[in-house]
Amino acid sequence: MTTLRDNADTIAACATPAGEGGIAVLRVSGPRAFAITDISFRGTVTAARASSHTLHFGTIVRAGEAVDTVVVSVFRAPHSYTGEDVAEISCHGGFFVSQTILALLLESGARLAAPGEFTLRAFLNGKMDLSQAEAVNDLIHAKTEKAHRTSLQQLEGKLSRYVRTLRQELLDLCSLFELELDFSEEEITLADRDASARTIARIRGTVDDAVASYAGGKLVREGATVVLAGKPNAGKSSLLNILLNENRAIVSHIPGTTRDSIEESISLNGLLFTFIDTAGLRDTVDEIELEGVRRTQQHVAAADVVVVLIDASVPPEAEDALLYKKIEETVSGHTVLLYVLNKSDKHVVFDADTTGTSPTRRCTISCKTHEGIAAFKDMLYAAVLPAYDGDAQSVTVTNIRHKQSFELAGASLRRALDAVEAGSSGDFVAVDLRDALDHLGTIIGITTPDDILNNIFSKFCIGK
Amino acid sequence: MILTAPHTQYDVIVVGGGHAGIEASLASSRMACSTLLVSLNAGAIGRMSCNPAIGGTAKGHLVREIDALGGEMGKIADATGIQFRMLNTSKGPAVWSPRCQSDREWYAREAQRRTCTADGLDVLEDSVARLIIEDGTVRGIVTDLGHSIFCTSLVLCAGTFLNGLMHTGEKQRKGGRFGEAPSRGLTECLTGHGFIAGRLKTGTPPRVTLSSIDLDKTEAQASDDPPVPFSYQTEAITNRLIPMYLTYTNLHTHSILRKGFDRSPLFTGRIKGIGPRYCPSVEDKIFRFAERERHHIFLEPEGYESDVVYVNGFSTSLPEEIQFEALKTIPGLDRVQMLRAGYAVEYDFFPPNQLWHSLETKLVSGLFFAGQINGTSGYEEAAGQGLIAGINAALRAQKRDPFILRRNEAYIGVMIDDLINKSTDEPYRMFTSRAEYRLLLRQDNADRRLMRRGAEIGLIARWMIERLDEKEHAIARVISYFESSSVSPLDANPVLEAKGDALLSENEMLSQLLKRPLIRAADLHPLITDPAIDVLLHRPDVRGQVEIDVKFEGYLKRQQEQVDRFEKTESHEIPEGFDYGALASLSREGRERLAKIRPRSIGQASRISGVTDSDVTVLSIFIRR
Ligand SMILES: Nc1nc2c(ncn2[C@@H]2O[C@H](COP(=O)(O)OP(=O)(O)OP(=O)(O)O)[C@@H](O)[C@H]2O)c(=O)[nH]1
Ligand SMILES: [Mg+2]
Repeated sequence: MTTLRDNADTIAACATPAGEGGIAVLRVSGPRAFAITDISFRGTVTAARASSHTLHFGTIVRAGEAVDTVVVSVFRAPHSYTGEDVAEISCHGGFFVSQTILALLLESGARLAAPGEFTLRAFLNGKMDLSQAEAVNDLIHAKTEKAHRTSLQQLEGKLSRYVRTLRQELLDLCSLFELELDFSEEEITLADRDASARTIARIRGTVDDAVASYAGGKLVREGATVVLAGKPNAGKSSLLNILLNENRAIVSHIPGTTRDSIEESISLNGLLFTFIDTAGLRDTVDEIELEGVRRTQQHVAAADVVVVLIDASVPPEAEDALLYKKIEETVSGHTVLLYVLNKSDKHVVFDADTTGTSPTRRCTISCKTHEGIAAFKDMLYAAVLPAYDGDAQSVTVTNIRHKQSFELAGASLRRALDAVEAGSSGDFVAVDLRDALDHLGTIIGITTPDDILNNIFSKFCIGK
Repeated sequence: MILTAPHTQYDVIVVGGGHAGIEASLASSRMACSTLLVSLNAGAIGRMSCNPAIGGTAKGHLVREIDALGGEMGKIADATGIQFRMLNTSKGPAVWSPRCQSDREWYAREAQRRTCTADGLDVLEDSVARLIIEDGTVRGIVTDLGHSIFCTSLVLCAGTFLNGLMHTGEKQRKGGRFGEAPSRGLTECLTGHGFIAGRLKTGTPPRVTLSSIDLDKTEAQASDDPPVPFSYQTEAITNRLIPMYLTYTNLHTHSILRKGFDRSPLFTGRIKGIGPRYCPSVEDKIFRFAERERHHIFLEPEGYESDVVYVNGFSTSLPEEIQFEALKTIPGLDRVQMLRAGYAVEYDFFPPNQLWHSLETKLVSGLFFAGQINGTSGYEEAAGQGLIAGINAALRAQKRDPFILRRNEAYIGVMIDDLINKSTDEPYRMFTSRAEYRLLLRQDNADRRLMRRGAEIGLIARWMIERLDEKEHAIARVISYFESSSVSPLDANPVLEAKGDALLSENEMLSQLLKRPLIRAADLHPLITDPAIDVLLHRPDVRGQVEIDVKFEGYLKRQQEQVDRFEKTESHEIPEGFDYGALASLSREGRERLAKIRPRSIGQASRISGVTDSDVTVLSIFIRR
């Protein structure tokens, strides 16, 4: 976003991805959007004459020759995406056509839009605030239904409203504490201490919820990584195939079949899961298998969920306990461990209690009969979604920047609450309330330092 | 020196001998600029038109700052004070504020003695008919007596006298203060040069006689003794100290006052505009705090000899008979004799968005405004501006850069910045709530914040700075001792036990002990093994600073971080002559206000009333560093 000096000029870019496609859309925005479009557009009316929110069929011509038949959509300021006059030219997809039309627009006086510039203009023209602008980017990159829904809610201003409400409450409270200082001589108390403490505690609770929702939020955006681990022949590859509903991995009765990890993503109930089938864990001298085991360990360390698959039809061996202990040591703190006993169709000799896990974290399945698979999926889903309740009232924080701001605000509120409870004078309480306000403000762009602002818009792709 | 015939040329002319004019003229003359003070009556210089008190919540900060910069107000108050109190000591250190009651006559005499005997300062008893302005620059004045006097800089501090009109209930009288004529023509001269003028009102309480008060029914309030002086240059206050008397309004008082609401000129027009701000009129207090059954009333004798008592807390402009009837319901005042009813003065002012931070006007260079002409109320507010205007008038005559205090440096800086950026429709009073960095801007550290700045300008003597250096050194020594010395439970526990505080089970740093709410710095004497440190800690100026710096270290650090964020936006400069018209994204009101006020930085832009958050974001994205 370094080219932008003022928004008096008109910008253009291809709004659909480069490459072949059914149609491509070129977007033109700025005071001369219609005039520039009309230079090459031949239709029953000119864009300049057309009323807002109308479509016009016509031809784009270059040096008297038709380039393509197109539909031009007209949006007049301020009722457009950017808040400026906007024309959108839908042409036939294909690199050549869209690039030729874009070149025509640029020759006619438009400037190639910088990445994120349309959204930046929308932001600058007050069409959206910072968190909404960020949601545009998320929306584009949404991989699943849930990610899409969350960014859409943010775009519609859900997070902004949430933050604004919190800030307003804090601002009112802070003003009371500050105003009270002016009445010190008369010992007038404006901010009732008990009520204030309750308000701060409640706001802090809400802020903490927002922070906690990030775990779910990140999940919504990036999905969960589930590693299938266990001894050779436990049935990991079989389980993968069932989950993917295709014969992706080779299954055989020979232990050590899978040597390199297999990674595959799939959307379950609107959430993106990436399953990784790994080489069975055992002591081996085979160099290739050894490398496979090493990779397995790396995957285990980075996983959101590790499914420890156990063949329940064979009695546990002496060194098993050591093996499972090692997995537990390798996983990071937030990782969920699930113990899954496989081959329930056979005679089960393995006692699940020996794993020492909680019953909500283990289940029994059969990859042969598919018994218990549905319950396993439910358990998997529940394991990754503690923070995501889909409740319409609460927000889901999906952005690390927002999460950090909420965290800082939460810490300030905790200090403010301590001060109120310790009976401190209002001048102290106000310091931390102000800090909390500032931190919350950065989320929606009120107190956001400009280096951060620049950074946000520079992450966008051209055409948005 | 009082002149009958002035010279024809001065570096600086100051018009008006109120609290702003005193500071402006003395600062300018001390900065070695030839200075003329024009006042209709030299005997009225330094007269206290309202109550004879200096300081009070937030205003005490202003006085300490004026003093640290080399101004007069604190010194005159110390010399003539008859009661001193440090207010709000039950609150945090940011809210503590010194206040004194002066002998009204004595204060004026002392102010006159200082102005009329100062080197390089001439006093002329005359009034200004018009200003000489050429090519957008001030050149001098023409007086009523027909003198044309030229100058490089002119400071206008005409107080409430510009077309002054006094109201009591629905009655009106022309005048700037009780018994003094208004000055006319100046406003018209300035509007003729393009200045925008407005009208403001301010009120004062009634005066009663001391002999008519039944003092037994009131609570006597003794002075602090020994008093803490305002001035860093006052060694000790030796004046005889007299008490004030505290009494209260009651529900009966309130119901009588309410009867007159529809006839209160201050009130009728204001009900709609009542914001969160504290207006000192008694009718406002009753309105805002309808649930309160009583309000403080301080009965303040105006001097050692005077029979006049100022009824503090009862500022009003209700009709005279209602004031009298209401007064009589207050304990101690049942037989009260009212010398003069409270009244409101209405006067011209120039909305201060027409000023730069130096208090020079944007329209006419060399012309400075200070005091009530800028829409403020209060002596301390006037004096603070007078000092800044006087300093900048002199600096301009010396072709030096202007002297500007920022919001993070001083209450004076907060005040001037607010005046320029915030539009108000009521007189501006200094409040603690206005200073966002109040934890750092305390009355107790005005010297540490500002004295060096005063020395740079030339208003603070070298010996003062040497003394400050020594004090800073002592503070640093004690703090570093506290932070490096640990005490054993054996030594510390008797001290802690005496305070009823939790005992130690292992060694702890002295600084940690001092952070405990129950422990004061003075309690630590028995735990100090270095006699030199012990001596330093006995000094009140050192002990107080050490205590605050250590106890509130975390808060001070966080506030400093807020200041750092603030300074970042302050240093994001907006180029001079920036064309706001070209920025289509700005809100209409925001664009107008920005174009008018011409802020110097993004930070300043964000404080202008009418400029929205998104206006600020737009600006900060367009104006790259
Ligand atoms: N009866 C029965 N056999 C199963 C079940 N699940 C897997 N098997 C069999 O167990 C054998 C091993 O299965 P795989 O899925 O290849 O096991 P793996 O864990 O991937 O083994 P490696 O890749 O060697 O580590 C195959 O012969 C499967 O058919 C089950 O639920 N019941
Ligand atoms: Mg396998």
